[in-house]
Amino acid sequence: MTSPPATSPPLWLLAELTYRCPLQCPYCSNPVELASAGTELNTDDWFRVMQQARKMGAAQLGFSGGEPLVRQDLELLVAEARRLGFYSNLITSGVGLTGDRVGALREAGLDHIQISFQSTDSDISELLSGSRKAFAHKLAMAEAVKSAGYPMVLNFVLHRHNIDQIEQIIDLSHQLGADYVELANAQYHGWALLNRDDLMPTKEQLDRAEKITNAWREAHPDGMRLFFVVPDYYEERPKPCMNGWAKMFLAIAPDGLALPCHSARSLPLDFPNVRDHDISAIWNDSAAFNAYRGFDWMQEPCRSCPEKEQDFGGCRCQAFALTGDASQADPVCTKSDQRNQIDAALTAANCHNAVSATMQYRSWSASQNIIASTP
Amino acid sequence: MIDPVSIPQLNKHFRLQWEEAQDCFVLLYPEGMVKLNESAGLILSCVDGVKTVEAIIAELSERFPQVEGIALDIEEFMTTASAQHWVAFS
Repeated sequence: MTSPPATSPPLWLLAELTYRCPLQCPYCSNPVELASAGTELNTDDWFRVMQQARKMGAAQLGFSGGEPLVRQDLELLVAEARRLGFYSNLITSGVGLTGDRVGALREAGLDHIQISFQSTDSDISELLSGSRKAFAHKLAMAEAVKSAGYPMVLNFVLHRHNIDQIEQIIDLSHQLGADYVELANAQYHGWALLNRDDLMPTKEQLDRAEKITNAWREAHPDGMRLFFVVPDYYEERPKPCMNGWAKMFLAIAPDGLALPCHSARSLPLDFPNVRDHDISAIWNDSAAFNAYRGFDWMQEPCRSCPEKEQDFGGCRCQAFALTGDASQADPVCTKSDQRNQIDAALTAANCHNAVSATMQYRSWSASQNIIASTP
Repeated sequence: MIDPVSIPQLNKHFRLQWEEAQDCFVLLYPEGMVKLNESAGLILSCVDGVKTVEAIIAELSERFPQVEGIALDIEEFMTTASAQHWVAFS
């Protein structure tokens, strides 16, 4: 017996191929418990996942990680994605990329490479990523990506230590010939939440960066597209996270765990694994994917809120991380009685300046320590 | 104003594709997708980098004689598509 589709199909498939990464960015969106993940899916597992998701209607495919380039079968996965009709995106730090590999991936049918940068200078890059050579290499790879004919998308994760370089960031992107630039403030999940006091920009920093970004847009109406993402802590209403729980986005973690967003591993739900179930059953029938669909799960103030159809109560992971209950309103909302937690975090961030000794860099051993110290 | 003898060409950073599950044409680009309505999908699927705007109007007028004002619809769509950088004209 097959049940009728519970909802619209997943249009976006995020394939997190691995949690391995040569860098150690302290704002990484991977879960802090990454060292507890099981063994990585193999090539055939990924082929099966892609085929099943494509059959349901998924059209966009992101290869991410960790650093997806550490997977030796990446070119094979890209070729299969192309054969199935996906638009494929490689989301990478650029470390591990070579001119030859840029060409081989293009040959295999990759549509787009997004390179993330830590900053516009090698000192801050090294401080944040832990690699001295990464910055120069990223520049070279950005040029290789451009000359291979890919659309050029650059991503800068913004935080207190680089947001004041916004002019240089925009200038560098312009010089590299970017088509799209994501100026995305860190979202405070995973490692970024752990390091929130060290990363959160001040209100003044944020306002200045937004003003400079807007001025550049006005001066270059036909120029590269700049997407500026604020940290949602500075908003009064929550973001419509993932456009609603399990509505269009499906992430598959390196060990095959299926998640409605890449942070959801932190939630106390029993997420299904693609080794045990097919994508259609996971998407339509699993308890975890149905947990926060629709509006029935909501508590007040969301339940009776006229804005619930715009923001869906915000982010479940943020609600859980800050209130201990994933079905509460996202505390970013000023209607939430837990908003004081957000305000306290902003107050703490606004009177905190230097990089403290407590910054926790993302690494396998740091993750193991965190797991060991969790009761 | 769109020049009727100009040749529209799909921006190489976009891919036009029929999506069975959504029952429509979509434009795919880095991490994004635009669902096209029926007429937009039809018009864009005629854009091949060879035909002029005039030729596309003639082709679709012949295929859909019952649709009134089709030339205007196509010109309006071309203006939008140009503003969105989906197509460029030569």
